[in-house]
This record gives sequence, C-alpha cells and structure tokens, in this order.
Amino acid sequence: MEWANQLCENRQFGSKMTDSKYFTTTKKGEIFELKAELNSDKKEKKKEAVKKVIASMTVGKDVSALFPDVVNCMQTDNLELKKLVYLYLMNYAKSQPDMAIMAVNTFVKDCEDANPLIRALAVRTMGCIRVDKITEYLCEPLRKCLKDEDPYVRKTAAVCVAKLHDINAQLVEDQGFLDTLKDLISDSNPMVVANAVAALSEIAESHPNSNLLDLNPQSINKLLTALNECTEWGQIFILDCLANYTPRDDRESQSICERVTPRLSHANSAVVLSAVKVLMKFMEMLPKDLDYYSTLLKKLAPPLVTLLSAEPELQYVALRNINLIVQKRPEILKHEMKVFFVKYNDPIYVKLEKLDIMIRLASQANIAQVLAELKEYATEVDVDFVRKAVRAIGRCAIKVEQSAERCVSTLLDLIQTKVNYVVQEAIVVIKDIFRKYPNKYESVIATLCENLDSLDEPEARAAMIWIVGEYAERIDNADELLESFLEGFHDESTQVQLQLLTAIVKLFLKKPTETQELVQQVLSLATQDSDNPDLRDRGYIYWRLLSTDPVAAKEVVLAEKPLISEETDLIEPTLLEELICHIGTLASVYHKPPSAFVEGSRGVMHKRLPARTGSGESTESPDVGTAAGGSAPEAAPSIIPSQGDLLGDLLNLDMAPPTTSGPPPPTTGMQMGGMDLLGGGLDSLLGGDIGGSPAMGAGFGAAPAVMPASLNAPVGGGLGDLFDLGGVGMPMGAYIPPKIVWLPAMKAKGLEISGTFARRAGVIQMELILTNKAMSVMTDFAIQFNRNSFGLAPAGPLQVLTPLGPNQTIEVSLPLSTVGPVMKMDPLNNLQVAVKNNIDVFYFSCQYPISMLFVEDGKMERQVFLATWKDIPNDNESQFQIKDCHLNSDAASSKLQGSNIFTIAKRTVEGQDMLYMSIKLSNGIWVLAELRVQAGNPNYTMTTIRRSGSSLKMLTFFTCAACTLTSLCCCCMDLMLSQYNT
Amino acid sequence: MSASAIFILDLKGKVLISRNYMGNMDMNKVDHFMPIMMRMEEDADSSPLVTHGSAHFLWIKHRNLYLVAMTKKNANAALVYSFLYKMVEVFKEYFKELEEESIRDNFVTVYELMDEVMDFGFPQTTDSKILQEYITQQGHKLDVGAPRPPATVTNAVSWRSEGIKYRKNEVFMDVIESVNLLVSATGSVLRSEIVGSIKLKVVLSGMPELRLGLNDKVLFEITGREKSKTVELEDVKFHQCVRLSRFENDRTISFIPPDGESELMSYRLNTTVKPLIWIESVIEKFSHSRVEIKVKARSQFKSRSTANNVAIMVPVPSDVDSPKFKTSTGSCKYLPEKSAVQWNIKSFPGGKEYMMRAHFGLPSVESTELEGRRPITVNFEIPYFTVSGIQVRYLKIIEKSGYEALPWVRYITQSGDYQLRTN
Repeated sequence: MEWANQLCENRQFGSKMTDSKYFTTTKKGEIFELKAELNSDKKEKKKEAVKKVIASMTVGKDVSALFPDVVNCMQTDNLELKKLVYLYLMNYAKSQPDMAIMAVNTFVKDCEDANPLIRALAVRTMGCIRVDKITEYLCEPLRKCLKDEDPYVRKTAAVCVAKLHDINAQLVEDQGFLDTLKDLISDSNPMVVANAVAALSEIAESHPNSNLLDLNPQSINKLLTALNECTEWGQIFILDCLANYTPRDDRESQSICERVTPRLSHANSAVVLSAVKVLMKFMEMLPKDLDYYSTLLKKLAPPLVTLLSAEPELQYVALRNINLIVQKRPEILKHEMKVFFVKYNDPIYVKLEKLDIMIRLASQANIAQVLAELKEYATEVDVDFVRKAVRAIGRCAIKVEQSAERCVSTLLDLIQTKVNYVVQEAIVVIKDIFRKYPNKYESVIATLCENLDSLDEPEARAAMIWIVGEYAERIDNADELLESFLEGFHDESTQVQLQLLTAIVKLFLKKPTETQELVQQVLSLATQDSDNPDLRDRGYIYWRLLSTDPVAAKEVVLAEKPLISEETDLIEPTLLEELICHIGTLASVYHKPPSAFVEGSRGVMHKRLPARTGSGESTESPDVGTAAGGSAPEAAPSIIPSQGDLLGDLLNLDMAPPTTSGPPPPTTGMQMGGMDLLGGGLDSLLGGDIGGSPAMGAGFGAAPAVMPASLNAPVGGGLGDLFDLGGVGMPMGAYIPPKIVWLPAMKAKGLEISGTFARRAGVIQMELILTNKAMSVMTDFAIQFNRNSFGLAPAGPLQVLTPLGPNQTIEVSLPLSTVGPVMKMDPLNNLQVAVKNNIDVFYFSCQYPISMLFVEDGKMERQVFLATWKDIPNDNESQFQIKDCHLNSDAASSKLQGSNIFTIAKRTVEGQDMLYMSIKLSNGIWVLAELRVQAGNPNYTMTTIRRSGSSLKMLTFFTCAACTLTSLCCCCMDLMLSQYNT
Repeated sequence: MSASAIFILDLKGKVLISRNYMGNMDMNKVDHFMPIMMRMEEDADSSPLVTHGSAHFLWIKHRNLYLVAMTKKNANAALVYSFLYKMVEVFKEYFKELEEESIRDNFVTVYELMDEVMDFGFPQTTDSKILQEYITQQGHKLDVGAPRPPATVTNAVSWRSEGIKYRKNEVFMDVIESVNLLVSATGSVLRSEIVGSIKLKVVLSGMPELRLGLNDKVLFEITGREKSKTVELEDVKFHQCVRLSRFENDRTISFIPPDGESELMSYRLNTTVKPLIWIESVIEKFSHSRVEIKVKARSQFKSRSTANNVAIMVPVPSDVDSPKFKTSTGSCKYLPEKSAVQWNIKSFPGGKEYMMRAHFGLPSVESTELEGRRPITVNFEIPYFTVSGIQVRYLKIIEKSGYEALPWVRYITQSGDYQLRTN
C-alpha cells in the first residue's frame, strides 16, 4: 500500500514520515516479529513496534496475543508511547482480564505522577477498562484524583466516577464517590462543575430514584454562575440539568429564565436548543399576563430562525423541535412563515420538515403565500416532496376555510398535469375536503372520474371509490365505474376491497333498482370468496342488514358522518409535553418518548405521564411536575383539540381500574410534590373561594383580615356549599359538605354525577351519586384523577358492579389514598376527575374541603407545641376573625375535634378564652392555631401558624405558601363553626 | 446526552478509526450503518439519523469520510452533531484537510485527539489552538519539557493562553455580509435576509480586554442617541469569548479575544432590501429543437460601489448542445457538468444594466428523465460596502501593560444563498 506523503509536512510539527508506514507490514509471522521488537532494548524501536501494533488494531487485526509484551512497555517516560499503550489496554483488557491486573500498578503510580497530564490520563484510562477485578484497585487513586489540586485532573476524575458507576454502581456508592461528586458542583473551577453535573446527570438517568440531583435554589444558583464561565459543552450539560429542576414559584422561574436567556445568543446551536428547552419548560409556570412572559415569547423567535442557517443536520434537529414548539406555543413563530420556504438546494429531509411546519403555521393571514409556494413545490421532481406538497394543499383547505376554494382549484390544476402520483395524491386529499365541506365542491367529481384509470395506489383507489359511493346519486354511471373495479376484486388490497364493498352497498341503497345484481355480486365476493375475516364480517353484516331491515341499513350505512378535525398529525398533548422536556435530544427528533426507543427505560424515563395508582410502575423522576407544574388548564394552546382543553393530562390515561396492592410511590415523590404544590399564585385560592374577601386573598397575616358578614355570598366549590346546609346538624362527626352536581347530564351524554367528600374512620371517601339520564344502559365505569396538590388518588376501583339502566341511580363510595402523584393545582384543593363508561370518557373538576386532609394523629404534644409556636417565623402567621359564632369555647373545641382539629391547651386571660389547637395534614404539614373567644362576643379571633412535618427542608419550600395554607385552614374552621352555630 | 462511540468511515463504510467512549455497546454494530444508508439511497431517501435495533447512528459527511456517532440512549442530538462538526474543524486545524489519507497518515495523533476532545461521551476541550499546546506529534520525554495541561483548558477563559507576545499589536476586523435572497418565478421577493459576520484576526500580546461598538439600534435607543443611522440586529450570535450576560444587560460587546483568527459574532437581519443584483430572464424551450435564453441583469446599488466577480448561473436542460452566446458585457461559458450557463462579469458598477442571450440546440429525441426547475443563482462581492449599513464605531483595546494597538476594519458584502426561480 502506498500512502501519499504530501501531507506529512505538517505546519506545526516539522517534517517527518507519516504514520501510514505502520500499516504496511502484512507479512506472515508478523506477530512474532512484533513480539521481538516490543521486547527490544532500544526505546525507539519499542515505540515503533507499539505503533505498528496500534496500526494493526486500527485496521481490525487481532493483536491481543501481544498483551503482555505491550503492557510491559507501559512503564515508560515517553508520553506518546504511554498513550498508545493505554489505548491498547482499553481495547484488549476485556479479553485478557487476568493479565490486565498487571497494569494496575502502573495506573496507581501514574495517578501520583508530578505531571497533571499523566495523572488525568491514568484516571481517564482506568475508567475505560471495564474489568470488574480491576475496578476495586482503582478506588484509592480515584479518591485522590477527585481531590487533586489541578482542575484538569479533577474534571477528569469527575467523569471517571460515572464510568465506574456504570461498571459497578454498588462499589461507587459504598465508596462515597457520589457525595464527593456532589461536592464538586461547588468547585471553584467551571469546567469541573460542568463535568460533575454531566456525570451526575448520567448516573441519575440510569437510576431515576436515586435523588442524586437534589437541586435546590442554592445549587441552582451555583450552576447558573458556572453557566457563564464554562465551555460551550459545559453550558449544555448545565442547561440540560437545569431543565430537570422545578422552580418553587413563578418568581424563581422568571429569575432562572432571565439568567438563561443570554445563552440564546451563543454561536453553538446545541447551546441554543438546550436553552430553549429550559425556557419552554419554565415558561409554563409564568402567568400569561406577565409582561415578562410576552417578552420571553418574543425573544425565542429570532434564535429559532437562526438555527435554520446552521449545518443541514442541525437544521433538521432544529426543525423537528420547531415542529413541537409550534404545536405547544404557536404564537412564537406565527409571523415567521417565510423562513420555512424551501430552498432548491435543501436536503430532502430538511425540505419535508419545512413543509410540515409551513402547514402548521398556515393561517388566513398568510394562506395566499403558502398556497403559491405549495403549488411551486408540487411541480418539482422529487416524488416524496411533491406528494407531501400536494397533501399539504389539501390540509390547508381543511384548516383555513377561506382558502378551500383556491386549494381545490389548485388541486384541479395539478390533476390536469396528469403526473400520475400527483393525481393520486390530489384525489386522496380531495376526499377529505369533501368530508370537511359537504355539498360544496362536488362539481369537480366529473374531473376526478376522468382519472379513474390512472390510479394504481390503494389509497388513491380507495379514496376514489369512496367518492363514487358517497355521491352515487350525482354520478350517472356510478354503477359502471364501481363495476369496473369489481372485476379485479381479489387482486385489490384490503383497503380497496372494504371501500368497494361499502361503496356498492351505498349505491344500492341510493339506486336500488339498477344495482341489485351488482350488490349481490360484491356481497358474495366478500363473504364467500374471501379469506379476509374483516371483509367477510363486513359483508355478512351488510347482507343481514339489507335482507332484514333495509331502513335500518340506510340509517347505518348512510349515516351522517362526523366532521373531520382541522388539524391532522397533531401530537397528543401528554406526549407533546413530554417531548418538550426533551428538546434537542433524539426523542425530540423521533417525536417518540425515550421509553419507546431506549432499552431498559420502560417506566423510568417518562417525564410526564402520571403513574397509575398503586401499580408497580409508579416511579416518576423528580422532575415530573415541571412542565405540568404551572400548566394550569387554560395554558393548553388553542391548537389542541377541544377535549384537551380541560384535562390534557387525563386524556391519554388508561382507564383501567386501579388496584390497591402495589407499593406506594417513594416518599421522595411526595416531597418534591410539596415543592410543586407551593408554587406561586396560591393566593388566588382564597380570592376565589371566599368570594368577597380581598383582605384574605392578599392577607399575609399582619393585618387581621375580617370575614365578610354575609358569608353566603356566591362561593364556588365544596367549601361554599356549606352555607346552604341550614340546620342540618352533625354534632360530633367530621364535617361533610352536602353533595352537589359535579357533572351535569347534558355534558356527559346522560350521565349525571354529584358527590361530596367525607373523612370516615381515617379514610377519605369520595361519595358519588351516579344517575343515568340517558336512554341506554351504562356499564364499565372507571375513574381516574389528574395529579393534584395532595396526591389524592382512588384507593380502589369504582364499584359499580351492575349496569346502570336508564333513570337508575347508584350511590358509590370511593376510598381515596393520598399517595398519588402530586401537582400543584389552582385552586389548591381543586381535583380534576375523569370518569369513563361504555359510552365515552368525561371530565369534570371539583373541590374538596381541606378538612378532609386533617389526620387523626394531629394532636401535638404540649411541649412541642409551645416550642414550635415560638419557632415559627411571623411570616407564616395569619389572623382573622370569625363572626357571629355563639358557641362557647368548650363547645367550639369539641366540635372542631370532630374534624381532627385538636385543642392542646386552653388559657383564660381577662375573660378571654384562648384555645391552642393543632392540625396535621395528610402530607405531614402541621398547622397551629390560636382561637380567642370572648364570652358574650360572637366574634372569634383566630391566629394560625403553620409548620411542616419532620423535614426542615420542607419548611423552606413551604414558606411562600404558608399564609395561603394557614388561611385556608382558618376558613375551613370558620365554616365549621359557623355551621354549628346556626 | 452521550455518544457511546465515534467512528470515522470511508465511503464504503469501512472503519478507518474509531473510539469506544462508553464501552456499553458492541462496536461491530457499526457494520449495519452502511447497508442502511445504501437502502435509503435506493429509496431516494436520506436522513442524518439512522437506526438499527437499539443503536442510533448520527452522522455527518466530510469529503470522502463519514463521521458517525453511535448511541443507545436518548442522546442530545444537537450536541452530537455540533460536536462532530467541531471535530472536523479540529482535525482540519491539525492536518490542513480532513480526508481518508490524513487520517491514515496521522492515526496516532487522531487517537490522541479523540481521547482528549471527548470523555465518556462528554465533549471536553475542542479549541484547537489550546489543544495544540499539549497535543503535538513530537514524542516527548517526560522529564524534560513534557507538555502539561495548559491552565487554559480548565480556565474560565478557555480560549486564550497567557503569555502571548507580539512586537506589533494589531487587530484586523472583517465585516462580511451575505445576502440571502429567494425570488419567485413571477418576480416577487419571497425572502430576503442579511447574514452578517464579524471576523477577527488578533495580533495582540497578553490578556487584552476588548470592547466593540457598533451602530446597534437597541444600544442607541438605550443611550438616547436615536438620530444617528442605526441597524436593527434581529438575532446575534457570539463567540464564546463574548460576555453574553453583559450584552443582554446593556448591549456591550466585551471580550478577551482568542489569539489569531476567529469569528467574533454573527447576526441576522430581516429588513427587506432592494435585491442588489436583479435578474429578469426568459427561458423558452422549443421541444425537439432549441432553447432560447434571455437574461437581463441590473445592479441596484449606488454607482460609487462596484460588484466584483459577478457570476450568474442560468440552468439549462441537461441534453442541450451547440451553445451560442451574445453578451453586452462579460463572457459566457456552458458548463455541461452543472447543466448551466455561467455568465461572468468581472466588474459590475452600480446602476448599470447588462444583457445576455444564449441559444442551444435540443436533440430530437427527448430525454425521459424529468428535470426539476432549478433557480438562477448569482455570486458577487461588493467591497467597502455593507448592505445593512452596519458600522464599527470603535474597538477599544485595553491591556494592563498599556500598549497601543491599532484596529483595522474592512467591509464587504457578498452573495449568500441568492436564488431566483425560473419558469
């Protein structure tokens, strides 16, 4: 082999022979020769020999037999030689595990070399030697390197931890390397921080429950600081890690967004995309009326457009992601249609993606331009591209009604070109246009029929047959046309056969006199001469229908068809949200969740879907809530089909009844959930619920908020309905609000649901009354909750065992658990529910009284109470008055106890009774209250403060929501007392 | 986010060199790559991402090489592609050109570089100037002067080493604007875009602190100097040396520049400008006999500027013969390999209009192959002129040693993707 030498004169390195000479020995007995050379005394010869070995390895020859000889060269003072030997080791250690041990000593020694380059090289290489036996010898050197004075060594060691973890996770944990790695996030050197983050993310990805990336505002701050200083790659590691964080509230979310936005100006497209991911996720938490929100929207468009000037592969990734972004937030790019116009020299994969986005952005404002472009594309030569362009014209017609006429005439022009595949595509889309706009464009049928013979693709043939059958009454020779297809019935694809069968039956029902023979022919072809079960079944059904009840047949076959939706190919909202969390990654390119293509990630990687209650798969990564965190229902973009508006998350839930057996989700989930739940904007809860009490809404404890006297002002939700209760007394039991209608029959195809919540013997019950107001029997009931603030979830299936006949009513009690997935709701006690029956899935939302969550062991020790009361900062305190309550303090105390509000102590000062009370919520939050009752004064003053359960961390999470939560409990108590009062 | 392994393949799919970064995948899986590519090519399909079972291949092509990253995880695809391009850049800095031969000729260095630029799938240092400080092709004795990792590798300033010295301190700036244009067959401008770039050649000692002042509209609005002529930059991208948060705050472009040549920033403007060179064309095809082409080119910029090396490419059918040309200026050439006529005009002053006529014969037997309607493309460059009106107002250079340094600025406008569709 002769390798040209002209390149050997390398600018920086002076002239020397090129490495290609090492590839040239192909003689027999080469191994022996090499062995001799490797053991030579001359250093230069040794080095040359190792190079030859590596060259052989490179071209795929097996040189593992030389293992001991090469390893002998390891102890050298020549850096280049050392690197080569290391390279050899990485390749062959696995095949020679016993001999690989020989290398350990040198590694250990090199890890203590004076030159940081050598130390790092050693630690880097030894991590790549995936031999179990060796790994334990490497722990000590690694430990030293993690604390090395040189950042170059530390950054290399950080990555080595991830390598070692991949080989032996247990070892890494036992040795405490994970903690050291976490410490490196606070390292002074940005490169070390970036690599530590990368290593931790990598480990966390394979161990989603490890809670490794325990991100909190402090660590986030460190990351954001390092973000400004590290290399472009480091910035990507950090941004990708940030994307897993769930900010506590919209303020934190905004401040992170502000610090991430400058990255949009980075020259590296990958940095830009990772920044876009963080922003798209955190934006969810920002209130839409915030000025900053719209500023951010505006800032996102230019960098996305600039990505289209990158290399074609990066353009492709960008376009696939833009496709997601325009579905999620169409407003970002709605004015940028032109940048997606196809250029002649774009690679085909870029062209096709651009086309897709053009259709998504098509609107009345730009449709003229879009159509002109699409028409241009439809006359190109690239078949796939042309087809998609033709299809796109049809989609525009369906999407923008005003353009339908122009689209149809454009399609007719294209049909006139007689280019076969263009005609076929056009017919397929015209069928959809007919369905979308019935009785409008049927005049073109004649033109279509002219092209009948040229159709050779099943989809086009089926579409044409559908058109003929559907409009049989307007086509004089419909029977002839269909008959012509019938000749080769058995050679057609199933799609065409089924369509033909239906079309002829339609024809028969419309023109029975002339087509009896034809229909008999097709029925016999379908039922007697076909092996296809679908075809036969359909044939028999038609036959039976036609022979027994032609009127019914007409009703079935010629039934009015539902309109087709405007948007096609929309990604289902739950998946879309998950994919938004994966912007820039393969998932976003495939438009598939990682679990669909990454082995061993089933049930692990889902960033979005709520876990089924109690099933074993309830493992959510801590970041679950992020995208959903702030996604109040109204955040669903208009592009999502109407159903998705209310309860996007529930849409795709499998409605299988939950089982009670599985283990509860990990407690970490609960804690993280706590964070979610305390995101900002909780104030609105009070503002909304206690109708006219602005002081409460804004009430942060300082000024005692006064409850309005007329408490039966319009109040929403379960709490409010109490006031209608009148004198229904429940002296000692827990307070149960009356049942109200949650789902009116007219919204649920005849199913009416009313209900309430109760706490009985420590179990939260959802008590439902299901009424069937429809004409048909309802069966197969199932229920599912969306994630909610306190993790409420059905603890068992919905027990509706017998079918529910028309006008029947059934009362069901559904026990609830509080171990479900958590997401902050607005208002806090809002619960979104999906109920399924044999007819459809229905959605509604209701609000539960917070008192339902007060647990029985909520009685705090007196000493603890005293200490805690003093500990809790004033910020967490809120005060208000309960008016017109004529109970004395003892009566009030005993009534409240019925709802698990326990009196710890009572003090009487100057004729005023002070009751000290404690409440514990199901998620471990404590609320302490002081109730002052003045004899003879019907107005109570109440002070509540609140602290979290065991963990101090929780305390910080809860601080911002403290007032809201305590106020909520106040209201609740107020309501109870008022109720007993009247 | 990681690539498990990276391969460099020749055109036939043979592995020239590879590096297994994570050790969690079978390296032989790469053998499936080329057959999949061939199958896709047969279907006239193409995708930068191909899959075989659980293996995903992300690839780019450079000259006669494929650079392929293999992963089985949900890798950050944007990162992988931009890393592969970065690798090409690094190799080009080292070997002048990256092709099959340069890989063979330098395999030891290639291995060393692959070891250094990525670790366990995480890209590390990819700045070739810094890499060259410690990865060289000379065999080093460890005791004497063996290279150490330059502090630069892990520094916050990872693109410039300390201790650089020049006798004469200068900075050369090139402001280059490319005009992208897409015109429909009916002559309406579909898209017009200016992509600008500011390139630096830095010959400065020490660790200089630079500040660049442009007539940026947003900046002028902040500082209340709205009267002056300004440019509204739609999207700006910076070299990583520029402090992005500073720019975000007060639009100051401040940085410690890399030594030597680099692209400091790029920007994009959507302001519609009059197309600098306007083309009107009539291409008449008389089947089985001839094609007649009439092209009129008009320069629509001020007459004191001149466009140089104007080349207008007019597409013709692939089976034409016997070309004949007539031009009012410049010369014409038929390029059969590109199925186009190239009309060259060395110097094209502003406000002028030139004509070209071409005549071709067509064979009597028509080719069955369908031909796409390719656009007319135009290449040109106009020196001392920026179409956006962008100006460098100042470049402040401060170094603690206090030397004086001179900044030099050049402006040039050139054609980017300049396409006019034909009928």
